[in-house]
Amino acid sequence: MNKPVSRRRFLAKLGAVGGSAAVYQAAIGLGLAPAQSLAAPLASLQPLKDGQRRSVVILGAGISGLVCAYELERAGYDCTLIEASHRIGGRVLTLRAGDLVDEMGNRQTCRFDDDPSLYFNAGPARIPADHRLVHHYCKALGVPLEVFVNENYHAWVQDPNAFGGKPVRMREFMADARGFMTEFIAKSPNRAQFDAPLSEADAERLFEFLRIYGDLDAKGRYQGSGRAGYASGGWQEPGTLKTPLDFKQILNAKFWREAMHWGELSNQTAPMMQVVGGSDNLIKGFAVQIKSPIITQAPVQSINLAEDGVSVIYNQRGENKAIRADYCLNNIPAHLLAGIRNNFPAPYLGALGMVDWGKLMKIAFQMSKRFWEDEGIYGGISWTGQEIEQIWYPSHGYNSAKGIVLGAYTFEEETAEAFARLTPAERLQRAIDQGAAVHPKYASYVENGVSVPWNRMNHMMGCGNFGTDEDRKRWFKTLQSPVGRHYLMGDQVSYHPGWQEGALSSAHFVLAQLNERAKAEAGGRA
Amino acid sequence: MPSLRHPPRRLPRPLGPWLLFICVAWVALARMAVAEAGAGPVAAPPELSHCAVCHGVELRGNALLDSPNLSVLPPWYVQRQLESYKSGWRAPAGSPDLAGREMHPMAAALDADGVRAATAYVASVPEYAPPPTLEGDAARGEGLYRTCIACHGERGQGNESLSSPPLAGQNDWYLARQLENYLSGVRGGVPGDLWGVQMRAAAAVLQNDADIPDLVAYINSFSTTP
Repeated sequence: MNKPVSRRRFLAKLGAVGGSAAVYQAAIGLGLAPAQSLAAPLASLQPLKDGQRRSVVILGAGISGLVCAYELERAGYDCTLIEASHRIGGRVLTLRAGDLVDEMGNRQTCRFDDDPSLYFNAGPARIPADHRLVHHYCKALGVPLEVFVNENYHAWVQDPNAFGGKPVRMREFMADARGFMTEFIAKSPNRAQFDAPLSEADAERLFEFLRIYGDLDAKGRYQGSGRAGYASGGWQEPGTLKTPLDFKQILNAKFWREAMHWGELSNQTAPMMQVVGGSDNLIKGFAVQIKSPIITQAPVQSINLAEDGVSVIYNQRGENKAIRADYCLNNIPAHLLAGIRNNFPAPYLGALGMVDWGKLMKIAFQMSKRFWEDEGIYGGISWTGQEIEQIWYPSHGYNSAKGIVLGAYTFEEETAEAFARLTPAERLQRAIDQGAAVHPKYASYVENGVSVPWNRMNHMMGCGNFGTDEDRKRWFKTLQSPVGRHYLMGDQVSYHPGWQEGALSSAHFVLAQLNERAKAEAGGRA
Repeated sequence: MPSLRHPPRRLPRPLGPWLLFICVAWVALARMAVAEAGAGPVAAPPELSHCAVCHGVELRGNALLDSPNLSVLPPWYVQRQLESYKSGWRAPAGSPDLAGREMHPMAAALDADGVRAATAYVASVPEYAPPPTLEGDAARGEGLYRTCIACHGERGQGNESLSSPPLAGQNDWYLARQLENYLSGVRGGVPGDLWGVQMRAAAAVLQNDADIPDLVAYINSFSTTP
């Protein structure tokens, strides 16, 4: 799937002119199709019987819309995809040389060098091993994967409130934090009480556990550890341990609040994977297989539910077009649906209004030199207590000349909003200034950059909703169920917002429901 | 719903033939998805289609995005607001009016022709009065509204010669927020905003917590009763 750039460029141009699915059909003609065997048919979606015709209009060519078209057309359904944006894939956005960043009021062009390895995943970037549907489709569509380094103990921890703002290696922070904690427990005056229910042998084993867990000496003291890395030596002369960090400074750092245990989170466990060449190669994998029309630059104007179908009006180049189908599958963001004419019943509309949406922002820089590799950092993430929060190093192209570094990924809503209010140039400068606290010569390597504030992206105005599960209880069942012949889907209707797996699980859930309905309706007519 | 603009600026579209055509087409091609040119909400011009992403189809507003109803606004007011965002006296940098500041890059991206086109687009959509979302004592609000009549008119129809926009048909949550902004000085306290200064002074009478919801409840009645 690593496509020659010239051909990709040709297709991009074709898309800009035609603004339609023609480009994806053309892709097959250019030999970009992986020509792999298709995914096995979905057990939950039976092919329509001969002579049975069913039409489906799919609103939004995000990954859930695409997977529905792919599965449904193979089962004999007539599908049409309608997409508001100039591109398909929704938040699965990979930026390369010349790509448009369609931000509201701040349209940017990605100025990376024209090189297939210089790309930036502005949306999903890493795939957990247990996201089985993503893996299923990558495999079935011939989309190659490689390891994504999500956790790198050699990367930096930096915090303006700790160690005088000086970065320390993550391994040093973690080894010292653990050493201090275990020494504290081992020496705790209350340990006798704690040990009371244990036999003497158990208590000895507990002490050994603490000693090994924290790398304490025989007396239970933490005197530094090779786990933190050596201050010097270790090759032709004995290694000298680093002086342990000041524990008070460790406590001052934001790092331990979340990032220190990042790799233990349910969706972040190593090893993770990434799509070779950029996350949107999975989108292209779907696009080259899908034969149904994909109509882009076609914002939906109205959705009208009727007894025997759903009619949709969309705006194509300033003119209304109408389409009617037996079923409508919809992955338009819930908060934008409120602005689209519809005849949804009040409880359904109310539930749509409860779906919160996320505000995340990413910034990427093209670096003239892979300076981080000279610091012994190969992939992974440095964490900082500053607004930019994270610096990601690419998990591919090691030791090549240049690289794309993620220069900010903000989890705090207020930070994302504050960055979004800046001009794109101001955002980059702010991220460069903060990055320089982690890598002193950071600014000197920056060649160009791009920012993607999801809460200001056209046709999105937000990303995965991060309401709590408790919050979700208020609306989830309502939106998980169809209203008339209309089914809402996407990561927004899942307990995995912001993940492709959430979108795919929602799509499969909807397809299973649709299957039952089509079967019942076919039976009714027989 | 009564007309909110005086006089109406648009003639009704000849929808009948199109609707008939589409109905016939639907019946004829029963189970097939069909795409046909057709009637429906006013389609945004391609270069301004992003306006409808936040303000909604036919610019009726979307409370979830803090985007007000534009369909009831007259061209002179739309143009002035776009220019105010461009020149920065409405919701200037650093202002706590964060929703207003979201308009800055949108307005900045419009040149003079763009402002004209956006103004024409707003004028092209039919007026729409959204359903009320706030509760208040409209009878009490009627008393409070007396000071508003001179500029905004008895039925909130606005008065161009006094630079007073129409209030009837505007989202109640938006009116309430703007009144709060005038009261707190977030709006009307910026040099260049000659009209806002007057509103800031006028809003100063709203001192009781119930004043704004009551007043807005009365304004709601303009578009829900004949």
